Amino acid sequence: MRTADLLPLAVAVPLLGAVALVIGGRWLPRVATDALATVWAAMDVADLAWLWAGTGDGHSVSWLGGWYPRRGESVGIVLAGDRIGIGLALLTATLVLAVIVYSWRYFEEPPAQHAGTFPALILLFEAGMCGFALTGDLFDAFVFFELMGAVAYALTGYRIEDPRPVQGALIFGIVNSIGAYCSLLGIGLLYARTGELGLAQIGSALQTHRADALEVVAFVFVMTGLLVKAAVVPFHFWLPDAHSVAPTPVCMLLSGVMVELGVYGAARVYWTVFSGPHGIPHPHLRTAFVAAGVLTALVGAVMCWQQRHLKRMLAFSTVGHVGLFLAGMALLTPAGTAGVALYVAAHAGVKAALFGTTGVLLDRHGSVDEHGLHGRGRDLPLAGAMFTLGGLALAGLPPFGTALGKAVTEHAAEGRFPWLSAVFVVVSAATGGAVLRAAARIFGGAGPRPQEHYAGPETTGSGEEPEIRDPQRRIPAPMLAVPAILLCTSLAVGVLPALAGSLARAARQFTDRTAYAAAVQGHAIAPAAAVPDVGWSTEGVALALASTVLAALLAAAAIWGPALAWRGMGTARAALRAAGRSVVLPLRRLHSGHLGDYVSWLVVGVALLLLVMAA
Amino acid sequence: MTILPFLAAGWIFLAGVHGMVTSRNAIHAVGCLAVAQSSTYVLLLAVGFRRGGTAPYFSDTSLRTRVVDPVVQALALTDVVVGATVTALLLGLAMQVRKRHGTVDPDALTGLKG
Repeated sequence: MRTADLLPLAVAVPLLGAVALVIGGRWLPRVATDALATVWAAMDVADLAWLWAGTGDGHSVSWLGGWYPRRGESVGIVLAGDRIGIGLALLTATLVLAVIVYSWRYFEEPPAQHAGTFPALILLFEAGMCGFALTGDLFDAFVFFELMGAVAYALTGYRIEDPRPVQGALIFGIVNSIGAYCSLLGIGLLYARTGELGLAQIGSALQTHRADALEVVAFVFVMTGLLVKAAVVPFHFWLPDAHSVAPTPVCMLLSGVMVELGVYGAARVYWTVFSGPHGIPHPHLRTAFVAAGVLTALVGAVMCWQQRHLKRMLAFSTVGHVGLFLAGMALLTPAGTAGVALYVAAHAGVKAALFGTTGVLLDRHGSVDEHGLHGRGRDLPLAGAMFTLGGLALAGLPPFGTALGKAVTEHAAEGRFPWLSAVFVVVSAATGGAVLRAAARIFGGAGPRPQEHYAGPETTGSGEEPEIRDPQRRIPAPMLAVPAILLCTSLAVGVLPALAGSLARAARQFTDRTAYAAAVQGHAIAPAAAVPDVGWSTEGVALALASTVLAALLAAAAIWGPALAWRGMGTARAALRAAGRSVVLPLRRLHSGHLGDYVSWLVVGVALLLLVMAA
Repeated sequence: MTILPFLAAGWIFLAGVHGMVTSRNAIHAVGCLAVAQSSTYVLLLAVGFRRGGTAPYFSDTSLRTRVVDPVVQALALTDVVVGATVTALLLGLAMQVRKRHGTVDPDALTGLKG
């Protein structure tokens, strides 16, 4: 078997697994269903790990059904993976395996007659995400995008008997579908211009045309769907609503890897299709997307800090970090891409571990409200330790991979955007600080009990339906073991130089459109750029430590600040309150939970993007 | 090729979006989503249209017959399947919203905010 044959298998294996589970789940006992799902998820991890090893620093290309190109032309569909795409698929598969193990005993009773539904949906979700990461065809990307979207809506509304999940899933579904149809309009325009659907083929056909309005419009439309998936401001409104209501294991996948796939898709499409000589110029794209990334990061950080609903807090922290990923990718350098790849890998482990620990709280206490849970987590020392460690890792504590990825990206930005380091530090400190604050209050009972009432709009997170209904039982071992292992993988990303090195070489491949096009046509060439340096640097460690310390200080100030009675405190408090009224309150009001508002923001976003890209 | 089909597609898309923004009923909003999606059918079929072309189906005609582009028809077909799945799923969710909340008015469904 050739290495390239593993590419279609990465999509086919979970699809077949989903079918087997739906059929087998009807008469197999629950233990057997769970075992079957685990074996299937492990098979896909093995397939992708083999593919990762076999592909090396080049590309694996597979023309489906043997429809090879003839004389440079083809109507076939191609799967093309380099180590960035395969690595992302491998990350997806690993996280899916973790989620399936985590949810062994998570739901009390699966629906009668349909014991295999949940793991089957998870495997379908995996098929969509892996396919999206590995495809080399724009229309195929749309189909996989819709597959993972539709499964994600269903998974979000999985607890169909509760009021909130169905509402969050509906908003999630409508907003994402509009984005997807925008993308399809863009794909239609690109096909009208070039007569091609493959990424590399469209890219080379566009080279012969001079850039005009049609190309810009097509670019904006295609990007819209991807940016909606990536939850970039102002397309991000669906994300916190979906994450605060989805079952915890699903949140681990949504936040850990699905949102990041949006950023990956945007970068892949830009590099392969639009980065050519007559495409969208690099400086233009860099300015626009770095700005969008920074805005997203800041909005995410501010909103994350304001939350008391733990899942919503983690959701906004994802918005913040995705902003950082987008800004790093938009630097359009191999170093920036390598940094983001490391950051994404490590962030997935940390974020999934945090959601997993939140699931333990929900299991014990039927609440994810930071205020209501004050001091009630004291009986869960292990979960508390992991939640705190997760908060520190989110803030960028060395030697976690998040710190390494952040440091490499900051270093890559130094030349053009020296101020970007400050944004990285502030955003990771605010998101990490919010988690540390919640950890100290819930697991340590620190500080006074926070005031109960907030005048503005807010989602509290109390009165959640516990997803499992027997508080007397022991916490299932996988629910604590899986977050611990995920934190360890995040640590491993930071301390294994071999992994960082291969991602650096992969980033060099990823940012070279000629190498990609040549690989799809069947003759590999080596990329021209130098391999970026991705080791730890003194400066990076210093910045990472700074953001960790800042996060701890922010958390301490939030917990004990109100009780202090210094002379300057009155003025400081008044200034904070004024800032809250003029900046934070309007921002929170924008997150109204109203479908019409979110759709309007989407249209505003498309219009803005059109204006900026046409300028 | 005229620009008219593209304008029509844009108009249909915007009509659907306008419906979703002003919708007072989740079922209506899902219907508007289907309207917005049908703009993609118009665009795709317009892209593949050739004046005087017939259906791309060679069983009883010669291979030289002038036909419209079959690729976009395959795309439109896939698009229909995707759209049907998503619409059905969303309508199911809307029904469940009605059962749990007693309303499908987005103005009344603001449990998630801030």
